Amino acid sequence: MSDIVFWLLAIVSVGAALAVVILRDVFRAALSLVFLFLTIAVLYITLYADFLAVVQILIYVGAVSILIIVAVMLTRDVWHGNPPGKLRIPALVVSVLLLGTMIFTVVSTKWPTSTEPPMQPTTVAIGNSLFSQGGYILPVEISAVLLLAAILGAIVLMREK
Amino acid sequence: MTVGLAHYLVLSAVLFCIGLYGVLARRNAVVILMCIEIMLNAVNIALVAFSRYIVPMFLTGQIFAIFVIVVAAAEAAVGIAIIITIHRRRESVDVDKFDLMKW
Repeated sequence: MSDIVFWLLAIVSVGAALAVVILRDVFRAALSLVFLFLTIAVLYITLYADFLAVVQILIYVGAVSILIIVAVMLTRDVWHGNPPGKLRIPALVVSVLLLGTMIFTVVSTKWPTSTEPPMQPTTVAIGNSLFSQGGYILPVEISAVLLLAAILGAIVLMREK
Repeated sequence: MTVGLAHYLVLSAVLFCIGLYGVLARRNAVVILMCIEIMLNAVNIALVAFSRYIVPMFLTGQIFAIFVIVVAAAEAAVGIAIIITIHRRRESVDVDKFDLMKW
């Protein structure tokens, strides 16, 4: 059952990603990107990452996609198409080479897979790990500062002189 | 053949390379930003798959994915602010025309 779900999600997500890259209409590409974010959230559920799936929907499907669609709307008046640049063939060669290398490495490596059952639900464990003294409290504080800096930077950049 | 770690890693690699092709080949700055988001999401899939299949008793991969999401959100906000500012000044989002700092 979960195998069928995985293959379905894999096909749909690769198709959505290709649509983002190939589609001429930038707005349709943005909608396809939102769909890709949703399929990735379902992929997290198949990996028993329930908290991360909700975070993905809240932040990517909720916030980042709104930002991107607003950017498309604000810049669409002068730019209707999504033409490829001059580097199309080299870009294709580089990506296919990298893809081949990565697939070869993944398939030929013997991964030390564990047979233990996955932890579920994960929310309590993630909260304990993020906010405990011996856990990740310092990165959490630093990411708070990073978000503040990003907000201030965006406001300063967008301000009319 | 049941779905295992390698399947998720290959899917992650495919999505990453699609995003890489988009970043290198497209000229619209907003589309390039969207492709960077695809690449970050592909890396997140790999992190969560490692966390699920190699150390299922710890959640290190998922916590790393949360930090990647935080940084990606900050990057998207600042990147879009930069693109809209450039669009306001130069009436274009074509990266081939952003040559002010070209030597």
